[in-house]
Amino acid sequence: MKRRPWLTVIATVAALALVASACSNDDGGGDSGGGDTETAAADEFGTVEIAEGEPINIGSLLVISGADAALGQDSQNGAVLAADYLDGTFDGTDGQLLGHDIQWSHEDELCTAEGGQAGGTALSADPSIVAVIGTSCSSAALGVADTIMSEKGILLFSPSNTNPALTSEEAHQPFYARTAHNDRIQGAIVAEYALNEQGATKLATIHDESPYTQGLTAAAAVNFEAGDGTVTVQEQINSEDTDFKPLLRSIAEGDPDVLYAPVFVAACSLILKQAAEIMPDVTIMASDGCMSSDTLKNAGDAVDGVFLSSPDISVFQEGEFYSNEFIPAYEEQFGTEPTSVFHAHAFDATNVLFDAIEQVAVENDDGSLSIPRTALRDAVFATSGYEGLTGIITCTELGDCATDVTIGIFEGPNWPVEGGAKPDTPVYSDTKSLDDVL
Amino acid sequence: MSSSGSARTVDARLSGFATLPWRRIILVVLGATIAFVAVAGAYKTLTLPEGERYSGDFWIDQIVNGLGQGAILALIALGYTLVYGILRMINFAHGEVFMAGAFISFFFADAYLKSGFLDSNTYLALLILLVVSIAGSTLVAILLERIAYRPLRNAPRLVPLITAIGASLFIANAFRGFFGPQPYGYPLPTLLQGSIGIFGISVARVQLLVFVTAIVAMVALQLFVNRSRTGRSMRAVAEDSEIASLMGINVDRIVVITFIVGGILAGIAGLLFALTFQQVQFTMGFKPGIAAFTAAVLGGIGSIGGAALGGFVLGVLQAVGPPLLLTGFGIPSPFSLKDAFVFLVLILVLVFRPGGLLGSGEAEKV
Repeated sequence: MKRRPWLTVIATVAALALVASACSNDDGGGDSGGGDTETAAADEFGTVEIAEGEPINIGSLLVISGADAALGQDSQNGAVLAADYLDGTFDGTDGQLLGHDIQWSHEDELCTAEGGQAGGTALSADPSIVAVIGTSCSSAALGVADTIMSEKGILLFSPSNTNPALTSEEAHQPFYARTAHNDRIQGAIVAEYALNEQGATKLATIHDESPYTQGLTAAAAVNFEAGDGTVTVQEQINSEDTDFKPLLRSIAEGDPDVLYAPVFVAACSLILKQAAEIMPDVTIMASDGCMSSDTLKNAGDAVDGVFLSSPDISVFQEGEFYSNEFIPAYEEQFGTEPTSVFHAHAFDATNVLFDAIEQVAVENDDGSLSIPRTALRDAVFATSGYEGLTGIITCTELGDCATDVTIGIFEGPNWPVEGGAKPDTPVYSDTKSLDDVL
Repeated sequence: MSSSGSARTVDARLSGFATLPWRRIILVVLGATIAFVAVAGAYKTLTLPEGERYSGDFWIDQIVNGLGQGAILALIALGYTLVYGILRMINFAHGEVFMAGAFISFFFADAYLKSGFLDSNTYLALLILLVVSIAGSTLVAILLERIAYRPLRNAPRLVPLITAIGASLFIANAFRGFFGPQPYGYPLPTLLQGSIGIFGISVARVQLLVFVTAIVAMVALQLFVNRSRTGRSMRAVAEDSEIASLMGINVDRIVVITFIVGGILAGIAGLLFALTFQQVQFTMGFKPGIAAFTAAVLGGIGSIGGAALGGFVLGVLQAVGPPLLLTGFGIPSPFSLKDAFVFLVLILVLVFRPGGLLGSGEAEKV
């Protein structure tokens, strides 16, 4: 008799466990049973059910505060404009998709892994989120937001992540795709420019341990060596440091022709100034992370003759729609010129997403909408030959949707940002596809 | 030999074993190992084959740069050491005191650059910038003492420590709130650009200015503390504040003066830092603050000479240590390990000299 309470406890726990598992099975069954079609029933990650009159909830996970807010806000504006254009006009009121409004859930990824974790978790916890436009920074996606979203079967579609690892065989997460260029291409064009146009034989690189800078320097180094160049040293810095002179002095010992340091604004302007002092004869190159009005202001004369690589937006600026409709609408609705280059990539990503929703969503008899998650992902990944603002969009199996990428090299101070000298056209420009580069 | 006899021998051996000065032996072995590794690393670095080896100019440039950095660190470290000497507390917000001076003087420097005053009257402009920077840092230091520390004067020691960390975050984020998170480019007068040769060594003009100003400031501080009446009161309060107050010294006034002196030195350091790196940002106080605190501990916290020495030693170690000791072992990117290297040196110094290089360990002086 004494053992009886224990038995009761065990029996109760076992019973509860059975009930719980039964319930969860019921839930799963209920979900798929709710959708009236076979597609929905088969979807591993379930479907999003949107009742009649309810909006389609799209998340955004971009950096919208802090030092890098200009980058994320610009993308967010591009995405919002895509919803505006659903009715075929930029009139400031959103159009409808399959008879439903679009509702945005904006989260901030702070351009850090922690921010990607927090924002990604918040969005993935909301079952009504159909897909997410984001992230801005590779560090917020890589191993963080891309994994969180893929575990829940929510598509994460980035307008500005460029780190190669995100779409590499080893690290790609099944629900991650991007319309931004892969930095394997940008790194290769940097190496090509250094080799062929600068006649460099020796290259030194500096990264700051962030995925963006590591991806770029690694890609540049590999392609530079493939072109029979020598990489003297691949250094790393802590981006919060201020005194890079000891490091630069030691890099100068290797006597490089070109120093490639694609770090962010604060460290970049310091490196430009200190390098101008320590190695005046070395050509300095950097990338779009450094391309900012702040660098121009802070580094002063030191930006003269500094070559930055960046997506060559003059290619799509020539487009009629872009310059005559998109940009005027952007300026009217947000009261500023675009603050970064990725608004067009965000506009494209959002439109590809809308097209995919139209393809796979099931309109039920009661006016509700069922969007199966895996089918949505598959539809986005199957995008081929879509004509976007940024060019032709064709997604690969690993989620790279910008296949032919044009990268320009801009000589300081003629950079295409506020405060840059005119003409702000690139001194060199090349288009490559992922198959062309290492 | 009987068994009891052998047991006694073992006992005797054991007791002899236990009475050996183990602490000393471990220290000597540790010291010898580290010295051997350091010498081996340096030897390997210096005997690398031609072409891989650093040039002689490389080492001279690193030492000159290290001394320039060290001068700034020393000025900040003095602020830590002064406050510690008087109040026995670590003023973790001192890095932000330093940042405040540099940041506030930026707005004047920027205006002077735009009006052309910076280049037409460089000496006068620099003097005004120095006064502004000192005023900014001193004001923050006074407010800090009055608002954050004085109400907690008699609280347990951990309380003001946590307050100091809070104050540090508050000040940094207040600047972020007022002026934004972006870095600002600090103008350098034309007069200070370029470098000049001293004994055949090329030294950047701005580094020479940093070095001379820092030395003058340190000598002035030494004279103030040792020769002036207030300085004597400061030393008395550092020795024993209770007895000093019985002798008619106004302890509150001396504490404020100590913060003012620390603020003045931080203001000078702020301007010199801004001129050296030509960039100010709200986060700029954190890293130099930690480095200067390290320098103060390295030299012996509470000791003025120690803080100055610690600053210079740290500055040179950061520039010379990593390439000298790590390159020979084939460690890539030695400079990215400079913080780890500096803290390793700090730990070693504290193992062998717990009071720091010039500290006596027991009786801290101001």
